[in-house]
Amino acid sequence: MLDTDFFRRWMTAAADAVGREAGRLTELDSAIGDADHGINMQRGFTAVTAALEKDAPDTPGAVLTLSGRQLISTVGGASGPLYGTLLRRAGKALGDDPEVSPAQLGEALRAGIAAVAQLGGAKAGDKTMLDALEPAAAALDESFAAARAAAEEGALATVPMLARKGRASYLGERSIGHQDPGATSSALLIAALEEVAR
Amino acid sequence: MSAAGQVGIVLVSHSAQLAVSVAELARGLAGGAASVPLAPAGGLPDGGLGTSSELIAAAAREVDRGAGVAVLADLGSAVLTVKSLLAEGGELPEGTRLVDAPFVEGAVAAVVTAAAGGALDEVEAAAEEAYSYHKV
Repeated sequence: MLDTDFFRRWMTAAADAVGREAGRLTELDSAIGDADHGINMQRGFTAVTAALEKDAPDTPGAVLTLSGRQLISTVGGASGPLYGTLLRRAGKALGDDPEVSPAQLGEALRAGIAAVAQLGGAKAGDKTMLDALEPAAAALDESFAAARAAAEEGALATVPMLARKGRASYLGERSIGHQDPGATSSALLIAALEEVAR
Repeated sequence: MSAAGQVGIVLVSHSAQLAVSVAELARGLAGGAASVPLAPAGGLPDGGLGTSSELIAAAAREVDRGAGVAVLADLGSAVLTVKSLLAEGGELPEGTRLVDAPFVEGAVAAVVTAAAGGALDEVEAAAEEAYSYHKV
């Protein structure tokens, strides 16, 4: 079973990964976006770790909803409402249980992903974070390692895709050949999950 | 929702200057719109480009007179942030709506309609109608 501390460590590991990879995320975003994904995600996750220390939420669901809320209020770009919705909706799906099973986490993530798809009007293949998150959530029932591998493969699979959403979609054909920054940060989030589950 | 006050309008842009300027333009073109509760919510709190959910929520509270609040947004994160605040519930005043309209033209139509005493549905319809005006 996964307890509150597990979720807190997940968010902290995600914040570390985002901090470590901020430069790379911004570099990917400068090719097809507005070159702020790294700095935006870093700002958001810095606020997440600060809020988790200050408020000390006491259930897995509360850790995710608090984190999502921080992302919406501090990121400043589209990844704020998108990741914020992912975590808040997943947090709500987990409810008030003090411990949850990996299967419950998978269900909750799928609920969060559905909310993200609805918010952004995107689907798999549009060269967005969904291309990493959907295969990861599907593989989560197998193992955390499978989810990590699926997310990383999903992010790589965005390279030949044509962007259909967001700032990159204005580039049309020129978006082809670049890895999607959002799918890349999503893979970081899932990799952090696998790290803390080890 | 009561008919107690005028419909409030919030203009959400990535740029503080753009939101302020569109608000000025809409008021200016809407003669007699001085009384319309209208607030820009542009950029990040530090003045940089981006979207701030806090500025949006504060602006919506500021213009709420109990007759509803029409929110117009420019692009990307501006639209997504408003949608996610609405989806969450409790973040924006009762009767707040994201209006599907072009930012500048929609703002002018919304302010003119609100100044004439239009209800939220009418303000929304006027702003949305701005999409049907083609320039060529």
